[in-house]
Amino acid sequence: MDELKLYTYIAVFGTFGLYFAIAWWARAGSTSEFYVAGGGVHPILNGMAIGADWMSAASFISMAGLIAFLGYGGSVFLMGWTGGYVLLAMLLAPYLRKYGKFTVPEFIGDRYYSNIARVVAVACLIIASLTYVIGQMKGVGVAFSRFLEVDYGLGLGIGMFVVWVYAVLGGMKGITYTQIAQYCVLIFAYTVPAVFISLHLTGVPIPQIGLGSTLADGSGMYLLDKLDLVVTDLGFKEYTTAKLGSTLNMFMYTLSLMIGTAGLPHVIMRFFTVPSVKGARSSAGWALIFIAALYTVAPAVGAMARLNLMNTIQPSATETLEYEQRPQWFKNWETTGLLKYEDKNGDGKIQYVADKEKNEMVKVDRDIMVLANPEIANLPNWVIALVAAGGLAAALSTAAGLLLAIASSISHDLLKGVFRPEITERTELTASRIAMTVSILIAGYLGLNPPGFAAGTVALAFGLAASSIFPALMMGIFAKSIGSKAAVLGMLAGIGITLLYIFQHEGIMFIKGTSFLGDMARNWFFGIDPKAFGAVGAMVNFTVAFAVSRIINERPPEDIQRMIEDIRIPSGSSAAATGH
Amino acid sequence: MNKHQSYWKANLRLMAICLSIWFVVSFLFGIILVEPLNNFHLGGYKLGFWFAQQGSIYTFVALVFFYSHRMNKLDKEFGVHEDEEK
Repeated sequence: MDELKLYTYIAVFGTFGLYFAIAWWARAGSTSEFYVAGGGVHPILNGMAIGADWMSAASFISMAGLIAFLGYGGSVFLMGWTGGYVLLAMLLAPYLRKYGKFTVPEFIGDRYYSNIARVVAVACLIIASLTYVIGQMKGVGVAFSRFLEVDYGLGLGIGMFVVWVYAVLGGMKGITYTQIAQYCVLIFAYTVPAVFISLHLTGVPIPQIGLGSTLADGSGMYLLDKLDLVVTDLGFKEYTTAKLGSTLNMFMYTLSLMIGTAGLPHVIMRFFTVPSVKGARSSAGWALIFIAALYTVAPAVGAMARLNLMNTIQPSATETLEYEQRPQWFKNWETTGLLKYEDKNGDGKIQYVADKEKNEMVKVDRDIMVLANPEIANLPNWVIALVAAGGLAAALSTAAGLLLAIASSISHDLLKGVFRPEITERTELTASRIAMTVSILIAGYLGLNPPGFAAGTVALAFGLAASSIFPALMMGIFAKSIGSKAAVLGMLAGIGITLLYIFQHEGIMFIKGTSFLGDMARNWFFGIDPKAFGAVGAMVNFTVAFAVSRIINERPPEDIQRMIEDIRIPSGSSAAATGH
Repeated sequence: MNKHQSYWKANLRLMAICLSIWFVVSFLFGIILVEPLNNFHLGGYKLGFWFAQQGSIYTFVALVFFYSHRMNKLDKEFGVHEDEEK
C-alpha cells in the first residue's frame, strides 16, 4: 500500500471511529431527544451543526469548480446560499423556535388548522429532502471509489451503515454532536489546501486576501488580472465579468436560492434544538459565520485552481504542453474518466481553448477543481487524504439531517399527527427509527440506481422549498388574515407553476421527451433558467393566497389569532416547549 | 396601541432596515450595479465582483448579529424577554 492510500485510510476510518464514539455517547431516550436533541443545544454548537447540515457534498466538492468555470456568474451560488440565512434569522427561525414543536409540517398544520395543509407540507418536504439526499449518497460513493479505489456500491454501503448507526441510535441528539465533529473535519480539510495554494501563488496565507493580491512570480500582476488575461487569450469569457445568462436571470437565480435555503426543512429543524428565542437568533449568526468560512474561501479556490490548471496545460495561446510530458496528476485523473484528451490535429500537443472544434481537452470535470487541486498544486499526501475525509464528512452530515427530516415527518406528522394520534411516545420513537431505516435504504437504492432525474434534483428541491414551504411559513407568522383555504391554494399554485416550468424544460419527472407544451425555446420566460424559477413560484404563492383570502373573506379563528400573537413575542417560550 | 403591538412595530422597522441593506449589498451592488462598480478597485478585486463574491457575505454575517443584538435590547425594553434560560 502506498503512502497516500495509507494516509487516506487513516483519515477516513479515524473520523468514522470518532462519529461512532459520539453516537454511543449521545443516544436518544425520548421523542424530544430524538426530534430536537432535547432542546438544549448551545447556540454556537448549533451554529456549527447547521454549517455541517447545510454544506453538502455539492458545497464541498462541486461549488469551487462551478465558480472556477463560471467566474463572476458563479456568484449566484455564493450570495444565494448565504443570503438565505439573513431571511431565516429575521423572518422564520425565532418565531418557529418560540412555537416550540418538533417539525415544520406540524407548524403549518397547526397554524392553518388543517390536516390537508400539513400533508401538502409533508409531501413537499419528502420530495425535496429525498431528491437532495440522492446527491449525498452519490457523493459518498464517489469519494470512496476515487480515493480508496473501493467499489462504488461498497463505498455507498459503508456510508449508509455509518449514517444508520448514529442517526437511528441518537436521532437529532446523535446527529447534532456528530455534525459538530463533521464541521471541524470539513472546514479544516477545505481550508488547509486553500491556504497552501494561496501561499504558493501569491505569498499571502489568507485565501480571501490572496485572491485580491499580486502574484508571487515577480510579475507584480494581480492574480485576477492574470486569470482574465489567460482565459480571454484562449477565447474563454473574461473571468471577473462573465455573467450567468442575463442580469435578470442572475437576480432571480440568487433570489430563488435565498428563499429556497430559508425554506429547506432540514435546516429550519435545527433551530428547534436551541433553548430559547434569543438562542435561535444568535445561532443563525453563528451558523452564517461557520458557513461563510467556507463560502468566502471557495471563490479563491475556484480562481486559483483555474489559474493553476491553465498554467499547467496551456499558459497562453502559443505555449502548449506535449501530451507525453503531462504531469502525474493528469494521468491519475485520466484513469477516472474525469479528464479526457483527444489529439484532434495529431501534433501530440495539448490545445486547451474555448473553440469547440479545436479544443482537445474534451472533458474537464469541474469536480476535479477541488478533488485534484492539492495534486495540481503539488501539496503533500496528507493534505490529499484530508480532502477525502472532508468530502465524506460533508456528504454524511447533510444526509443525516435530511434523513431525520424525512423520518420525523413520517412518524410525527403522518403517523402520530394525522393517522394514528393514539400511539404512545415509545411507539412513536420506534416508528421514527423504522422510518429512518427505511429512508436510508431507499436513499441508498436511489444512490446506487440514480433515476434519470438525479441531475435536475437540486432545482427541484430548491424550487419546492422556495415556492411552497417558505411562503407558507412566512405568511403564517406575518399575515394574520391568511386562513387555511388561502394557504393551501397558494401552496398548490406555487408548487404547480414551479413544477410546470421545470418539467416543461426537463420532461415530466425529468424523463426526456415528455415535455407537454411541445418544443419551446429554453428559458422562454424572460430568459429565466428553470433552476432560478423558485422565486417566481413563491410570488405566485403569495399572490394567490392574498387574492383568495380577499375574495372569500376568510379569517382564521380566535385561537389561531392568539397563537400568532404569542409566537411574535419571545417571553413564555419554555411554557410552549413543555406544552407538547 | 398596546405594548405587544408597539414591540412588533419596532421589530418590523428594524427588519426593514436590515433587509434593505441585505438587498443593497447583494442584488444592487453584486448584480444590478456590478458593471459601473467594476470601474473601482479594492486591491486586485474589481469592486462589483468583490461585493458579489466576498463583500455581500461579510455584510450578511454582520447584519444577522446586529439584528440579534438589537432585538435582545428591544425584548428587554418592552419587557417581553424570556425568563432566565434553563
